Amino acid sequence: MKILVCITHVPDTTSRISFTDNDQKFDANGVQFIIGPYDDYALARAVELKEQAGGNITVLNVGGVETEPTIRKALAIGADEAIRVNAEPTDSLFVANEIAKVAKDGNYDLILMGRESIDFNGGMVHGMVGEILGIPSLSPVMTLEIEGDTAKIAREIEGGKEFIEVKMPFVAGCQEPIAEWKIPNMRGIMSARTKPLNVVEPSVNQSGTALQKFVMPPAKGAIKMVDADNVAELVTLLKNEAKVL
Amino acid sequence: MSSILVFVESADGRIKKSSLEAIAFAHAMGGEVTAIAFGNEVSQDELSGLGNFGATKVLHINDEKLNQGVIQAYASGIAQAMEKIGADVLVLANSSLGNPVSARVAIKMDASLVSNVTELPSTDGGFSVKRSIYTGKAFANVELTKAKKILAIRKNAAEVKELGGSANVEVFSANFNDADFSAKITSTEKATGDILLPEAEIVVSGGRGLKGSENWGMIEELAKELGAATGCSKPVSDMGWRPHHEHVGQTGVKVSPQLYIAIGISGAIQHLAGVNSSKNIVVINKDPEAPFFKAADYGIVGDAFEVIPKLTEAIKAAK
Ligand SMILES: Cc1cc2nc3c(=O)[nH]c(=O)nc-3n(C[C@H](O)[C@H](O)[C@H](O)COP(=O)(O)OP(=O)(O)OC[C@H]3O[C@@H](n4cnc5c(N)ncnc54)[C@H](O)[C@@H]3O)c2cc1C
Repeated sequence: MKILVCITHVPDTTSRISFTDNDQKFDANGVQFIIGPYDDYALARAVELKEQAGGNITVLNVGGVETEPTIRKALAIGADEAIRVNAEPTDSLFVANEIAKVAKDGNYDLILMGRESIDFNGGMVHGMVGEILGIPSLSPVMTLEIEGDTAKIAREIEGGKEFIEVKMPFVAGCQEPIAEWKIPNMRGIMSARTKPLNVVEPSVNQSGTALQKFVMPPAKGAIKMVDADNVAELVTLLKNEAKVL
Repeated sequence: MSSILVFVESADGRIKKSSLEAIAFAHAMGGEVTAIAFGNEVSQDELSGLGNFGATKVLHINDEKLNQGVIQAYASGIAQAMEKIGADVLVLANSSLGNPVSARVAIKMDASLVSNVTELPSTDGGFSVKRSIYTGKAFANVELTKAKKILAIRKNAAEVKELGGSANVEVFSANFNDADFSAKITSTEKATGDILLPEAEIVVSGGRGLKGSENWGMIEELAKELGAATGCSKPVSDMGWRPHHEHVGQTGVKVSPQLYIAIGISGAIQHLAGVNSSKNIVVINKDPEAPFFKAADYGIVGDAFEVIPKLTEAIKAAK
């Protein structure tokens, strides 16, 4: 089985977000970058599937050279090889077109990625890739089992889940509890250094949106504390001040 | 005047509130608003009732096979409806169905697509919208550069108003092929009767401070008294105290209710990421140093096991 796992290179979940260049650019100063947490689930599931049934995992990132340490980490976790499409992605359409091109050329059985990136939270790339390739796309996927050429999937819906059967190839946007995040071991880290990381140039170069500027949310007002022995006061405040009851 | 198509979703035979917001959003944009609905579980009255919120027409693909959210078929149906009415904009609610469907429609229609839209578009000098990014920690203003545009909107992006009036419901027969049904939904498991977390106006959420699943009775009682949905922190769903779809935060459900009550949750940045667009936040925690107090509007320092029953009583008394 050939699996393509698409990963994002995003600020750590604890990062403080700020912008520079007249609110045109993300301020990466002092920010730690990680594999997107949802992508990390996709990668972990790919490694488990490979352990069960054999196969090959290619990890793909559309991004500049600064994403290579993140890509190496994915190789250390268990991907066999990597492709970096050398571009500053502008939006989900841009990324989806480049992923679809790599996917088409590589003839993968399974294309996995996170349900959304945690920087732009678009949640659109998997669906776009599926449509470009003319194959099913499913997200958010909570469990994924493969039997022969068919996958059994649980997809989360509001208030529950939906069970789906689908033939490969297809695209899945993954989330927990599809697998447990894997921490690279020493052997993985050593071998990742010599695994192939191929850099290719973008071939479609198309976007559907243009950034105007970034905007920070308004600052939160001061908190009002209520005494634990006077809970009724909280109810009064919620009723008369916040007007939510 | 532009022609706007709105994809509406239903649950238990009723159009979802988030879809009514999508119609209100489209109506506020100014334009001819047509809704599209799928399946045969929604009544004609419910559909014509969409006129009350701003739709003039409803296209109804009343095929039983579409009672479930078949992503590819829905995308095909919507794209055909956009062609038919010459829609230049598609509006829908961000949801577990809306998102994957709109992504496919964007490719079919060669449209610009933006999700998590929080405000009405601005049309002076191009067509641009404000969207939430970095899991609610910031926003971006983006321009949609293609002729056709798709907006997936966040909860509260528009206010639902009753306008009176009723919509014309028209049966629409779209053409589907086998590929549209290649992913087969074999069954669905769904909590019925409960208020859905992403749509709730009030959310009562519990964290590890509640010590175990056996203590959720009082959370549920409080929620019931408030007409609220229940949520939880990630460790709570990881340990199986609560179902996964209640897990709120960076890697779970993002909520934006009028009121979020967090009980025994420390307020880790990953949890806050899922709640920071709530209008009002109440934090109940026994630790006065809990980080959640910094993100709250109202706070009580106290033991959850003493405060919750008192709060439930106080709400009853205030009714
Ligand atoms: C990549 C990543 C993604 C993550 N995503 C999420 C996410 O989406 N959502 C999420 O929630 N977490 C997420 N986390 C985990 C997050 O970092 C925290 O570990 C988690 O939110 C803590 O949950 P908690 O507040 O319930 O538990 P704790 O941090 O253990 O806090 C328990 C709180 O309860 C209080 N308490 C204890 N007893 C009582 C009592 N009797 N009465 C009142 N208060 C009491 C304590 O003072 C404490 O503040 C993520 C972590 C990572 C690394």
